[in-house]
Amino acid sequence: MSLVFPFSAIVGQDEMKRALLLCAVDPRIGGVLVLGDRGTGKSTAVRALAALLPPMNAVVGCPYGCDPKSSNPCEQCRSRRTASNTLPKSAKIPVPVVDLPLGATEDRVVGSLDLERALTKGEKAFEPGLLGRANRGFLYIDEVNLLEDHLVDVLLDVAASGENVVEREGISVRHPARFVLIGSGNPEEGELRPQLLDRFGLSVEVRTPTELKSRVDVVRRRDAFERDPAGFVEQWRKTDAKVRRQIDAGRNQLESVQVPESALEQGARLCMALGTDGLRGELTLLRTARALAAFEGASQVEDSHLQRIAVSALRHRLRRNPLDESGSDIRVERAMSEVFA
Amino acid sequence: MIDPRWQQALGAAALFAVDPSGLGGVVVRAAPGPVRDAWLEALTELLEPGTPIRRIPPQVPDSRLLGGLDLTATLHAGRPVAERGLLAEADGGVVLVPMAERMGTGTAGRLAAVLDAGEVRVEREGIASCWPARIAVIALDEGLETEDRPPIVLMDRLALWIDLEGISPRHLDPGPWDAGVVAQARAAQATFETQVSDGDTSDAIEALCRVAEAIGVDSPRPVIAALRAARAAAALEGRSELAEDDVALAARLILGPRATRIPPSAESPESSELSEPPESSEPPESLASAESSGDASPPPSDQGQPNPTEVKRSDPDPSDPDQVPDSMDDGKPLAEVVLEAVRSALPPGLLAQATDSRQTRSRASAQQRSGRVGAVRTDPRRGRPDGTVRGDPRRGPRLDLVATLRAAVPWQRLRRREGSRTRIEVRTDDFRVVRRVQRATTTTIFVVDASGSSALNRLAEAKGAVELFLAECYVRRDRVALVAFHGQNAELVLPPTRSLVRARRSLAGLPGGGGTPLASGLDVGGAVADTVRRQGDSPLLVVLTDGRANIGRDRQPGRPRAEADALLAAQHWRAEGYAALLVDTSPRSHPAAQALALAMGARFLPLPYADSSVLSSAVKATVSGTLGAERPRHAHAQVRV
Repeated sequence: MSLVFPFSAIVGQDEMKRALLLCAVDPRIGGVLVLGDRGTGKSTAVRALAALLPPMNAVVGCPYGCDPKSSNPCEQCRSRRTASNTLPKSAKIPVPVVDLPLGATEDRVVGSLDLERALTKGEKAFEPGLLGRANRGFLYIDEVNLLEDHLVDVLLDVAASGENVVEREGISVRHPARFVLIGSGNPEEGELRPQLLDRFGLSVEVRTPTELKSRVDVVRRRDAFERDPAGFVEQWRKTDAKVRRQIDAGRNQLESVQVPESALEQGARLCMALGTDGLRGELTLLRTARALAAFEGASQVEDSHLQRIAVSALRHRLRRNPLDESGSDIRVERAMSEVFA
Repeated sequence: MIDPRWQQALGAAALFAVDPSGLGGVVVRAAPGPVRDAWLEALTELLEPGTPIRRIPPQVPDSRLLGGLDLTATLHAGRPVAERGLLAEADGGVVLVPMAERMGTGTAGRLAAVLDAGEVRVEREGIASCWPARIAVIALDEGLETEDRPPIVLMDRLALWIDLEGISPRHLDPGPWDAGVVAQARAAQATFETQVSDGDTSDAIEALCRVAEAIGVDSPRPVIAALRAARAAAALEGRSELAEDDVALAARLILGPRATRIPPSAESPESSELSEPPESSEPPESLASAESSGDASPPPSDQGQPNPTEVKRSDPDPSDPDQVPDSMDDGKPLAEVVLEAVRSALPPGLLAQATDSRQTRSRASAQQRSGRVGAVRTDPRRGRPDGTVRGDPRRGPRLDLVATLRAAVPWQRLRRREGSRTRIEVRTDDFRVVRRVQRATTTTIFVVDASGSSALNRLAEAKGAVELFLAECYVRRDRVALVAFHGQNAELVLPPTRSLVRARRSLAGLPGGGGTPLASGLDVGGAVADTVRRQGDSPLLVVLTDGRANIGRDRQPGRPRAEADALLAAQHWRAEGYAALLVDTSPRSHPAAQALALAMGARFLPLPYADSSVLSSAVKATVSGTLGAERPRHAHAQVRV
């Protein structure tokens, strides 16, 4: 694998980086949609995150990288477990970050019969697709707005249920497919269907940095990386390692972070003030705030946690109000200043 | 006679030939013809001998572009054999895209991904592969209109933009660079990258960033590319250090054509104001992205409006928080030298229009969005074929027989084992159908009476009604345009756009008062509808008026003449067959408005009866084309065809 640009070396874009890190701490947040200007390092950030994630424990030989202790493993792991009644052999593997390239066909995304075995041996065997490979990891779609509708539907469906069901050639396979969906795109190049928006847990907007200093830094670091990738990565290794440890600590602490009644209330009031539909907004708000608290080593969710992630968690869930010209960010900020007054 | 523009185009070719994949590519704006051929020939001469060059048509299928299963070889070998696509075949070389302005955003997105990654990742038809594809793209932009440009996702990644339009084929002298010089520079460039001193680069980076900011180039990609181009330029001159000239040349070639605002002039401080006012009234391009994601905060480019004096100062202000040490070459900061070079390279006409160019660009991108993506509707039986997908032909789409057989063939051995007796067994899973896309956007054109009589009556309510429409249009992803008439004239206040925010803003700022030049209003509305239709969209005209015309087509007052003119204009609409809705804004429904609706074949809706729910259901009905299907109960609607 060629070297990727280090996560910590990305200039600015704090909201995007925070959203990605929080999803790494708690995958149940439900993915991130990154929208914004050209050349703002959307893809770079996701690829950098892949290199940053702490490795995970997985059953050796399992195509879905099942956790040996998982309560809901794939069929193969389950039958093996009942047969031997011991924990299967496991090893540390890197967290999968699977890229969904544009032009991918459905059979490769959801999985299909193994063509090679069908041709050479005349056997039926299931070959997992990208969804299977992404289990327990991240599935990244660059230019999500250019992806064909039917694929997007499949993805969202699987992302929500955590399970992929394939019926082909008379075989029927179901396997776990729990992944964090990350989509990025530039609305200028094709708009997103509104239904797609609120299926993502968080949504962040990235902008080209405006101050000269950041712009110079962006170019300078990119240039340094292109000229000497290995040296540049080495230079940032320590900073990246620190972030990795912080993710690890956040994960371990996640379950013990308290969500006090007051935080629940504030979250509900915020969602009510904004008129967001359904419970999804509220749930995401609290999960994200808890992940932030864990990431920062706090023992309970405070107002400050909610305040910092509210815009990311809610801005894409607002009903468009044609009579209110102000943007969704401003509306969320306004509601916050009322609720947290 | 030596044509400086031709020399510049040759210079771009030489830079590109030194570092093709580093610069990404060239957008060549020119009609097909001898000049373009000569340029391409000159470029081919300069490229490394044996560089693969592949042409790709704008509507290339994925199987050819990216690769997939090679069926013949697969059957022959009895195991899956992958076939490389055009992009992988062009590894280490150049991809030539004719008619790039017609390229779909989908194809452009695929190309962009390959340009970024330097490899083709394929997950298709049972094949999962990754092929190296370090490519560069030459996009031949043959667009006639200024708004017809290749997809921006691609243009952003191609460093050099050249325009050969208007260069005479008689003055095509060879440039100072030959293949030998370029080959040397190419070799030098490779070592140059690691040797170049950091201090040297630092100055160049800062200068380029300052210039980019001054002329409104937001994306960092061109700046990074300009830095590479500067190194290529130095290598061409046989230098091992970046000189002022190299940076200036790179900025002129790469940043110059991307300028979206006039750089502040060093001579006259007042002229820096030029870049301000027109922009604030018109949202610049970057707002388009912010809007569609529901954000109306000012775009970054505006906040980043450089302190106009900043660039020309030779002494950095110590209190400047952004302060980066200025390079002091002969007492003149590099940024200033480079900026001057860029300014001198901008043709005077463009300089004058620099503020306009933002609007044009934003319009272009709006159009691109409506014409190419999102707006396309897939109907199983109509429209242009757009690849094949797995599907069920019984539900309407046409079966693609070849693709179906292709899909079935690899599994035959398996199926025979299961007891299939037929020669070739096709199962439901194999069915492939032709996917078709068609442009099916509606552009709703509001023709709003802002005359004194209307303003008196219900201009505010009319605005409210339009806002209801806008909400509906937003949901349907339609484009909207706004024509207003009052006084003596009608004008197109807002050309077709998908920006709800812009529509609202123009509506809110609509002045009222004066006479009612109804005929002119209808004429302008009809002209817009005609344009929209030519673009392949379907126009929908919504007229809000009380129908009491008093200014004729000749701009002279006089009710009878004015009303006759208005009726004529209305009949013209009917003859053209435009879908229309007329909302009568007078307090009591007036026969004039009804007669007008009749003449134009429009659905008629008196506002007095139209509370918001009635209005919105009427809008829904009209917009979805089911004229009269959901006729509001209270309104005595006159539906005519």
